[in-house]
Amino acid sequence: MRILCCIKRVPAPGAKINVAADGCSVDAAHLGFTTSPHEECAVEEAVQITERGGGEVTVLTLGSVEAGEQLRYAASVGAHHGVLVASDGSSWDPQRTARALTTAIESLEADSGTFDLILFGNESADSGGFQVGVRVACALGRAIVNGVKGIELLERKGEVEGKGQSEGKGEGEARLRARREIEGGFEVYEFGLPAVLGIKEGINLPRYPTMRGRLASKKLQITTLELDCVAGGQKLRRLHRPAETVSETSILGQGDTGVAAAVDVIEGLGLM
Amino acid sequence: MDEFPSSAKCVVIGAGIVGNCLVGHLTKLGWSDLVLVDKGPLPNPGGSTGHASNFIFPVDHNKEMCLLGVQSANQYRDLGLSVDSGGIEVARTQQRMDEFQRRMTSAKAWGVDAQLLSPEEVRELVPFVNTDVILGGFYCPSVSVVDSLETGTVMRRLATDNGCRVLANTEVLDVVTTPGPNPGESTVSAVVTSAGTIETEYVVIACGVWSNRIANMADAYIPLVPAVHQMADVGPIDMLAHTGKEIGYPIVRDMDTYCYERQSSGSMEVGSYAHRPILHHPDEIPSNDEAALSPTEMPFTPDDFDPQMEQAIELMDMLGDAEIKYAINGLLSLTPDAMPCLGEVPDVRNLWSAAAVWVKEGPGMAQAVAEWMTYGYPRVIDVHGSDIARFYPEERSDEHIWARASEHFNKTYGIVHPAEQWESRRNLRVGPYFSRQQELGAFFFQARTWERPHWFESNTDLVQRYGLSERPVEWDNRWWSPICNAEHLNLRENCGLVDLSAFQVYELTGPGAVAYAERLAVNKVDVAVGRSIYTPWLTPDGGFHSDLTMMRMAEDRVRIVTGVFDGGRDKFWIRRHMPSDGSVRFDDLTSDITTLGLWGPNAPAVLAQICDFDLSQDGSPYGSLREVELNCGAAGTVKATLFRISYVGDTGWEMYLNWNDGPALWDTLMRAGGEYGLRPTGGSVYSISGRLEKGYRLMGAELESEYNPLEAGLARPRVKATDFIGKEAYLKARDAGDPEVQMCVLTVEDQHDSQGRKRYMQGGNEPIVTPDGKRIIDSHGRVSRVTTAGPGPSVGKHLLMSYLPAELASPGTQLGVVYMNEIFDARVATTGAVFDPDDSRLKS
Repeated sequence: MRILCCIKRVPAPGAKINVAADGCSVDAAHLGFTTSPHEECAVEEAVQITERGGGEVTVLTLGSVEAGEQLRYAASVGAHHGVLVASDGSSWDPQRTARALTTAIESLEADSGTFDLILFGNESADSGGFQVGVRVACALGRAIVNGVKGIELLERKGEVEGKGQSEGKGEGEARLRARREIEGGFEVYEFGLPAVLGIKEGINLPRYPTMRGRLASKKLQITTLELDCVAGGQKLRRLHRPAETVSETSILGQGDTGVAAAVDVIEGLGLM
Repeated sequence: MDEFPSSAKCVVIGAGIVGNCLVGHLTKLGWSDLVLVDKGPLPNPGGSTGHASNFIFPVDHNKEMCLLGVQSANQYRDLGLSVDSGGIEVARTQQRMDEFQRRMTSAKAWGVDAQLLSPEEVRELVPFVNTDVILGGFYCPSVSVVDSLETGTVMRRLATDNGCRVLANTEVLDVVTTPGPNPGESTVSAVVTSAGTIETEYVVIACGVWSNRIANMADAYIPLVPAVHQMADVGPIDMLAHTGKEIGYPIVRDMDTYCYERQSSGSMEVGSYAHRPILHHPDEIPSNDEAALSPTEMPFTPDDFDPQMEQAIELMDMLGDAEIKYAINGLLSLTPDAMPCLGEVPDVRNLWSAAAVWVKEGPGMAQAVAEWMTYGYPRVIDVHGSDIARFYPEERSDEHIWARASEHFNKTYGIVHPAEQWESRRNLRVGPYFSRQQELGAFFFQARTWERPHWFESNTDLVQRYGLSERPVEWDNRWWSPICNAEHLNLRENCGLVDLSAFQVYELTGPGAVAYAERLAVNKVDVAVGRSIYTPWLTPDGGFHSDLTMMRMAEDRVRIVTGVFDGGRDKFWIRRHMPSDGSVRFDDLTSDITTLGLWGPNAPAVLAQICDFDLSQDGSPYGSLREVELNCGAAGTVKATLFRISYVGDTGWEMYLNWNDGPALWDTLMRAGGEYGLRPTGGSVYSISGRLEKGYRLMGAELESEYNPLEAGLARPRVKATDFIGKEAYLKARDAGDPEVQMCVLTVEDQHDSQGRKRYMQGGNEPIVTPDGKRIIDSHGRVSRVTTAGPGPSVGKHLLMSYLPAELASPGTQLGVVYMNEIFDARVATTGAVFDPDDSRLKS
């Protein structure tokens, strides 16, 4: 199975996120960078699928050259190939990003064949637009399920008791069952491949890289694609940090002296 | 809720291991009305303590670092908050194996149990070590893993139980000072915090990597820089988890890769001192809110760590398949000279520093600072190497700190020769003869900031004349040249010219100058104008703080001349104790006055070429000062002060003159001295071989606060009537009778090692032992060790200085000296001088 994971380099912030002087970006002076958590799970899921059934995992990111760090991280936990769609590092809007990714995927597929599965994170950890995966899937004309917290590769059609909602095309077609949480239960989708999934954190527990994995990732050959795509209509005007929510704490007392006051509060709440 | 403390006796800023232990120790010493402030939450406010590796390898060649480390380990142990895991340093190179012999020597000196291991013996203790890549190990069973956070909590609780107030999540916004007590000075008066202002008498800065930022608030400076030490926690590893312990195997230091592996439950922490130096300005450190982990756990930069991973896997294959669960660029503090910053900050009165201290020495150094604040100087051991007053202005800049920290970071596990010189930041201060000395091929040693010629390549011809040769072992030969001995012999035969521009020259002037000078000095300063004294200055406990020369220049003027290594400390001591009634003025004349030393049997003849003055003992008696005019030919007449004194054991003078006149006198003397065998002579003769042959003591080597003048053999028959700092303790020591130990000069009777090579002790604290190899310790726990070692070319022996118990201090006593883990025969020569013991040459 050929799986593509689209990931994004995002800041790894502390509790307080500062807005940069330009008002349109996060001040990264004190920040490290990481992969969006949903996408870490996507990579883990892809690696597990190929570990079980064979195949290769390609990770793709759009960003500056520094984003190669995230590609290598993915390689350190088992991804096989890395593709960097080069940008100037500025934040691209979802339409532009989706166009670039679509073009990149078409280019990669033209060279090496169709990806059976393209995995996105449900949404990115920084901008949280929820759009790119859907736009890419539409552009590629492939089915997409978002919010996926379970994947099951099914036996080939004809050997499976399908639910009839898939787009199966006949004997030998690879099929997949995806499960996502809804309020009070799950939705389960079955469909044929190729397809696109938006993975949600919780589907698995991503592994940490091993030291050998990290060292192996140094040898990853990153394919760089230079693309330029027309910007979309969404434009970031300004980031605003909301006022900190201050929760008031009353210290009722220390040691024995606080017991009576605590009892009063509990009684006041009708809990005793 | 308790009211905010609007005033306190002392505010300690920083609740890491040092600040917590400090309030605990201050409380033990009777302090009350303390406030401890930290901007972070407790028990882990986010400083370096929170991510420390928490292990202590006790052996260090440096006395202060070793003994305060041992002291700290014992304090953790006494609280039941440490485990003796043992630790092994492993060697991959023969050079490191040789270094282990030296570490065995230091272990012997400081009384730390240690042994050398074969690779197989290493594996018996740590079965997952790959013995194919190591040559052996150095094992210390007392290496311990400590709980620094809990120790801090316990010590803090000890203080709070006695009234100390703790303000967590409270940021210090300003440290307020008030002018005085002397002009140009200031005194700390308050700490402004995010919760309010605390009026206070004392402030201690114990906030690790942020310390200089806090000091700057008071217009003070603590020379340290936050630096990255990378570490990664990898696991789970079944073999470790199966121990069921936090630490079940000895810690391994892979010394040649500057890396360590330390078990942490089921994981292994791999730490590195091999990566590029990564330094930060304190303002680059995120706040507690901004930090993803904690402020001092900065984002990991994996590219820097990759080589260490390969080496770690090479040593312990199982690490390769362990997951990297946690990895940080942890911050710690580095200083320009790799020593801590302890003591009162020279810039601001009552502002103290307890900074650049790591977990491994935190409790001990906190104790030292608490004692310092209480008794006027630490009692636990002498800490002159950590005294923050040691720094000169050139050392108190970001440029200097960053350069030096970058240079020594990778030497954390390095093999550092006792005489090793810095590569960066050279030529900061040079004498007026510098260019001339360069032309003569001077090999310079840097004394703090000052460049001093150690020997001159231009004297190479003397090596053959005196039949000298290189030393057979590279280590002994490193930072040394046979020219050193050649210059020595030439000075004894003819004469030598020594550049002493690095002398720190201070003056006290005014109606109260002599009275104040008396208060500083043990010996009487109120001598006739034109006379000088050589005198100790004592700590309040009667140990050595300083050892220097004081000159009565005029009725109301006293000159103080001290060595460059202690100039900063002495200057601070003078200013700190100065009366505030305006009766004394202090001036630092170091940049105005240069000093040349002219010594040797031909020195009078050389000087007579340019001077009409009576240079005999009658006209220029030993210890006298004479203002003279020296004829420098075309350059004209140069005024100079001739000081008949010697630190090398031959007749001659220190000549003090205006800085700008120096080159003319140098040139004139070199010309005039040609026919008398005058040679430029380096610091090796002045500070080592010349003084060793005479048994002259050196501050910081023989003279420390742990010893008093009686033990050092520097006590005069009588004690002056006037009061001086340390007098009470000094009198008490005198009343106690003969000193328990005496400073002795020993000769090495057989310098050949087991391989038949002639070896040369370096003066790196090598232990003096009984003939059967037993350490010699006095009732105070002080060990007999080499304080200075070096050649005695005129007596044909390698010489050692050491304190010895009185019963062993008799000439002829057979002892041993341990060097590179072998015992060499040594013999007590004298408590005085092995060369010209009656000083006839000095006064000829």
